[in-house]
Amino acid sequence: MADKILEVKNLSVKFEDTVVLENINFSLEKGDNLSIIGPNGSGKTVLLRALLSMVNHDGAIEWAHGIRLGYVPQKIDADRHLPITIQNLLSAKGKVLKLLKSDMHIAIKSARLTEKMLSTPIGHLSGGQFQRALIAFALLGKPDILLLDEPTASIDAPGEEQVYELIHKLQDAHGITVILVSHDLSFVYRYATKVLCLNKTSVCFGSPELALNTEVLEKLYGGPRKYYHHLHEQGS
Amino acid sequence: MLNETYSFILAISAAAAAGVIGSFALMKRTVLAGDVMSHIAIPGLGLAVIWSINPLIGGGFTLLIGCLIIWHLEKKTELSTEATIGVIFASSVALGALLINSTEELIDALFGGFGNLPTSEFVFGLAASLFVIIAVWMLRNKLIIGLFSPELASATGINVNRLNLWFLLLFGLTILSGLRFLGALLAGSLIIIPAAAARQLTHTIGAFIATSATLSILSVIFGFLISRAYNLELGPIVVVISAAFFALSLLKKKK
Repeated sequence: MADKILEVKNLSVKFEDTVVLENINFSLEKGDNLSIIGPNGSGKTVLLRALLSMVNHDGAIEWAHGIRLGYVPQKIDADRHLPITIQNLLSAKGKVLKLLKSDMHIAIKSARLTEKMLSTPIGHLSGGQFQRALIAFALLGKPDILLLDEPTASIDAPGEEQVYELIHKLQDAHGITVILVSHDLSFVYRYATKVLCLNKTSVCFGSPELALNTEVLEKLYGGPRKYYHHLHEQGS
Repeated sequence: MLNETYSFILAISAAAAAGVIGSFALMKRTVLAGDVMSHIAIPGLGLAVIWSINPLIGGGFTLLIGCLIIWHLEKKTELSTEATIGVIFASSVALGALLINSTEELIDALFGGFGNLPTSEFVFGLAASLFVIIAVWMLRNKLIIGLFSPELASATGINVNRLNLWFLLLFGLTILSGLRFLGALLAGSLIIIPAAAARQLTHTIGAFIATSATLSILSVIFGFLISRAYNLELGPIVVVISAAFFALSLLKKKK
């Protein structure tokens, strides 16, 4: 297919003797919004890291030619006392990748960072601001795909809404393909075009309406899920 | 042999390199592992005495080995790393003490002393210090991203492993260029102390690095003046002065 952007075939990841991911298959097209859901320890983060070639794996991960990836990790263990600002980080990345100043302005504007935030040491940013800084960092270099690992894990509810909306707007404005690990099924129903249910192996893959049924969710989480109602609403 | 002016120039350039590398080492939280590295020079100095070669060659050789060992240990995340570094440190000092059998030479190796400065050492020391400063300047962007998150650094296409090795080698080279006048026990101190003081005083990364280098250089300048006026050993005086700067920096309240 002309605009296929990613094809994953028989992907497996092993850490020493422990199988973390087994026989994962899926594909994405340009502009897709893939949500990866699954319980803790189901291999969601490892899958993202495998897609970024940060862990060894078996099987094939085929990105379309010349694709640029942007990554927003779940947690940064950065020392909160570092005398480093978002401005420092963005300009460091800009220089490493030899980007233009205008690229920086676009990333800053897209992530809606203010002048004040840019010059604030990273340790003094709120959870939501920090996350937007990470998104700006990922956007720098004009990625075709944004990979986000639970981008709202450490943010309060209003901040969470802002971050999701930001991601959605980026997708609308720049046609970015999004791969997002999320706990939040309501977001999955609202924005995802595809969903991958993970529990070491792939439990489901497809559009949220088709892929997510009661049986799948029970298999995935091993118990009733409060979003069943939501599912019915979608179906009706 | 060169006169005191050359020793002074050498000490100033080594101090500047130490201040610069120290600020990054502090942010990387590798200052202590690095301090241990300076002790690894001691057996090398001992071997140099036995084989009658230039002490810097012996010290440089064991420092290089030290860099590679720490680099390898850093890649592993097990808790045993600290213990291993502790063992390497202690055994290096012991081995060095056994190899160097004259008390005077041992004191020189541990605490430094300019004695006679050959032209070759002056040229090497100056070149090494300049190399460290230029290399850190060129690597600064990668280092900053790596400090923030090694994961994001590698997602940006930076080879974090290689960057870490570069940093350790530059750290080793800095110690080597300070070895002559500070000695193996104190060579790490001009890397740690001015950076620690500068961190107290500054809020931005640029100011932090500049202040760290400045305090390091000031320690050497005052050290020279005091050691000449009172006929004291240069190395320990320099370190005491940098410690005084640190004590003063504590008076400033952080925001």
